Amino acid sequence: MTDAPPVEVRGLVKRYGELTAVAGVDLTVHAGDVYGYLGPNGAGKTTCLRMMLGLIRPTAGTVRLFGRDPLETVHALDDVAGFVEAPTFYPYMTGRRNLELLAAFDGDDARDRLDEALETVELSDRAKDKVGGYSHGMRQRLGIAAALLRNPKLLLLDEPATGLDPAGMRDMRLLIQRLADQGMTVLLSSHLLAEVEELCNRVAIVRKGDIVYEGAIADLKRSAGATYRLSTTDDERALSVCRAQPGVSDVRVVHGRISFTGDDAAVAELSQALVEAGALITMLAPQNVTLEDLFFSLTEGDGVPGHAGLGGAAGDRAPAAAEASS
Amino acid sequence: MSSISGTADGLRSGAGTAGRARRRPGVGTVYRWELRKLRYQKRTYLGLGAAALVPILFVVAVQFRHHRAGGGDFAFASYLTKSGLVFPLVILLFGAIWLFPLITALVAGDIFASEDHNGTLKTVLTRSLERWQIFTGKALTALTYAIVAIAITGTVAVIAGSLESGFNSVQTLSGTIVSAPKGLELVYLSLLVYLIPIATVVCIGLLLSTITRNSAAAVVGTLMISLLFQLIGVLPGLSATQPYLLSTQFNAWQGLLRQPIDWAPIVRAAWVCALYGIPALGTAFLVFLRRDVAGG
Repeated sequence: MTDAPPVEVRGLVKRYGELTAVAGVDLTVHAGDVYGYLGPNGAGKTTCLRMMLGLIRPTAGTVRLFGRDPLETVHALDDVAGFVEAPTFYPYMTGRRNLELLAAFDGDDARDRLDEALETVELSDRAKDKVGGYSHGMRQRLGIAAALLRNPKLLLLDEPATGLDPAGMRDMRLLIQRLADQGMTVLLSSHLLAEVEELCNRVAIVRKGDIVYEGAIADLKRSAGATYRLSTTDDERALSVCRAQPGVSDVRVVHGRISFTGDDAAVAELSQALVEAGALITMLAPQNVTLEDLFFSLTEGDGVPGHAGLGGAAGDRAPAAAEASS
Repeated sequence: MSSISGTADGLRSGAGTAGRARRRPGVGTVYRWELRKLRYQKRTYLGLGAAALVPILFVVAVQFRHHRAGGGDFAFASYLTKSGLVFPLVILLFGAIWLFPLITALVAGDIFASEDHNGTLKTVLTRSLERWQIFTGKALTALTYAIVAIAITGTVAVIAGSLESGFNSVQTLSGTIVSAPKGLELVYLSLLVYLIPIATVVCIGLLLSTITRNSAAAVVGTLMISLLFQLIGVLPGLSATQPYLLSTQFNAWQGLLRQPIDWAPIVRAAWVCALYGIPALGTAFLVFLRRDVAGG
């Protein structure tokens, strides 16, 4: 049981009548992962997190947290903490009193961690104020404090930085990073892609309730292939050469320059072909593919990285070089 | 916003609870905290304030009427002026119509719905308590509140009534006279029997609170159901249903004021109220256990 992964979701489905909110999600979060759960609004991220926490009964599929089913017993949440959507508290009680209540509901030695949790999120000086008067950012921080009371091994956070100002987002990121560095496994849903790229080592990208990619960010980038920008003395001819060149794909014109993907060997052969065709290279530069590029490619395109508009320009789209799967 | 990048080292030290038994909270924890939460909410004092104020207002009204009319024309005037112990019994009689159902519904109808309103259900359901424990703790809290409200009304009525008419012996419904201490005992026993239909109102309030997820709808709905029973009781042609109506069970305590005590209405109140209350409570329990917490 102790070797079971922190999160193991298989075939998770949630339907509300005709509407399918979550359509067969499979994902595994390993110990030590900082796992990003990405998807546009309405993609079913929150519904999935609620099912993971046992708040919603799935139509089909299973959730296991450290090998235990949260629907069977709340003991499955013993080493788990977090929040879905914005963390919520009793507005007529102070921040401290809210945490005291939650610590009592946690049992064990949660109460002993209360002061430290407040200190960690720097709410000690406002702890005696009623939560009704807290800002959104303060409630987010109180939500983190409430999660820390449980001394979790797995932290589930739904859009933890949403609604925070830039400094708050940075601080939240630093806190999550610190907790992860100390060995806590983190699963966070977000649509702040830069944040996820900085924090997470693995991601699941969900589109219309379905996972379109699950795995390491590095693998996703590798699978998308390197993207290059090309400028020559005769771009029209160069475009034809690129399209005909084996190993070169996704050829199009972006902001007046040719864009394509391909591995090192293909690019070397292309260089030679261009020279032989009389299109002399004036610029050939690799472009960094960001998680954002890949995200839009997967969630707005056809589900294959590299197929949707990197750069957003129209142009010919050759088949992708690699499949986006893990 | 200030930095939240303080150390979390201490929180992570100790590396969880693996390898040793965990001290788990139970129904008692929920019950204690629900009572504490009531202390922070205005509606708690609204209901309890009404429970205390009504007997005082009643005594003032009786005194005013007594002085003005010479104590003759009011239906209970002759009893009320002889012993203060009659005051709580008269209030029980009139309070059954809407006062006590309303006070009871204030908490029973709100106790789950307010969690939906505040969005806090997801917060408490992701701690270390099973749903049944949370339900039981909340149900006991709602019942406790109703008991406290009835006890306050009864006690204030006894004190205010005794100040007005004296702590004297009481005439039972059979015409016999019982001493003041015995009368006081009968008053509190009557309050106890009164709790049978009140517990049913609690169950109905909990059901509506769970199903509607809306405090106002649950509180008003509970009161409306209570009033509906009263209405059925006075409709011509439906008199045969009267012994089995919830509203009738509010009069069961009168069996205690007969010599010898008439247990039949009390026994009937117990099973009739169980017939209404247990399905309501059971449904509320199952709904709460199985519901999707998609909002709060």
